[in-house]
Amino acid sequence: MKSLFAALAKFITGANARWVGSAPETRQRVYFANHTSHLDPLVIWASLPPDARTLTRPVAARDYWSKSKLRLYIANKVFNALLIERKKPTAHDNPLQDMRNALGDKHSLIIFPEGTRQTGSEMAPFKAGLFHLAKDCPEAEFIPVLVENLNRILPKGEFLPVPLLGSVSFGPPIKLETGEEKIAFLNRAQAAVKALQKS
Amino acid sequence: MSLKIDKQTLYLVGGVLAILVISSLAGWILSLRVKSEAGRATVKNLNARTRAWWIMVAIFALAMATGGLGSIILFALTSFLALREFITLTPTRGGDHRSLFWIFFIILPLQYYLIAIKWYGLFSIFIPVYAFLLIPIRSAIAGDCEHFLERTAKIQWGLMICVYCVSHVPALLSLKIPGYEGQNGKLMFYFVLVAQISDVLQYVWGKTLGRHQIAPNVSPNKPGKDFSAESPVPP
Repeated sequence: MKSLFAALAKFITGANARWVGSAPETRQRVYFANHTSHLDPLVIWASLPPDARTLTRPVAARDYWSKSKLRLYIANKVFNALLIERKKPTAHDNPLQDMRNALGDKHSLIIFPEGTRQTGSEMAPFKAGLFHLAKDCPEAEFIPVLVENLNRILPKGEFLPVPLLGSVSFGPPIKLETGEEKIAFLNRAQAAVKALQKS
Repeated sequence: MSLKIDKQTLYLVGGVLAILVISSLAGWILSLRVKSEAGRATVKNLNARTRAWWIMVAIFALAMATGGLGSIILFALTSFLALREFITLTPTRGGDHRSLFWIFFIILPLQYYLIAIKWYGLFSIFIPVYAFLLIPIRSAIAGDCEHFLERTAKIQWGLMICVYCVSHVPALLSLKIPGYEGQNGKLMFYFVLVAQISDVLQYVWGKTLGRHQIAPNVSPNKPGKDFSAESPVPP
């Protein structure tokens, strides 16, 4: 069922994965990507090799994925998504804490530090969650991911996909330097995602 | 529709198979003899091409053997893949999304359906008249005025090349030529053969005789002699 779904996602989006400066591995990782379409978490997840895929959980918005039974089923049973509260996080319902728990000692995460899907071509500034995650989980590798064209396959507000060709690029891991400021790290992380556009 | 297998068809198929067997053998011998690094890369590329040829010939033969329907499905898939590639490289905007959905999932299948039922009067104008009107209307409803004419023209042109033109290859099968009934498969075979030989010749010329580059920015490996290689080929 899972691999069927992954194959379907890859077929619809024609997405080919490019690994630039990192290789597919099963070690603990946080993939952080730009966000333009609901297909993003699905396609990044599907681009991973099967053994890494079973250990990797996409982080997704609970308000979208719990809207219908089918969505909830896909999110929970197919790609084992970590659904987080993004509208009004409280101390009790803190997405960051959820992500740390989900990482545990062997899992990987796919996160979208822009926080929401972008409609334009520009990337929004990254949210601080990525920085805190990097500080709390130094043993995980932080891999920049660039998804391209998926916003044309399924743009914001549409429900029927158009079968264009998308692509997913994985870049070299970045690390939080000792004493590095929050803003500096977030800018560097965003630049690492952008840099994949040309390579 | 059933296609007659006559002597000429056998010659055509036999000739193609003979060429493929010879090139596979030549590629195998070359792979044993070549020693230099660059030479090995060339031979590897050559053999990959030959293998792709075998697969293409096998698929095409299968499509021909099933008669009209197989060919129509094959070229419909070709159109789909070509259009996918075309639109991926064409800058479209969010407002085009519904139009794109229409061209992929409604206009393309409908065009091939019209070919399949041999409705010549409609399939020859369906895209250049009706689809060409429908696309700007659908895009206009989406309400995005930015670069409207450009976007419309690009989608229309993609549809023209990738669907309308390609769909006329299987349409050859429904062409009525007095005294040539049941032999139209050979026309399609000839068409594909000519197009593919052009591809082979420009590769061979480029690797062996080509010296002067005509358009180095377009394709750095293709020298001018290509044009002499391809020029005898009729459209």
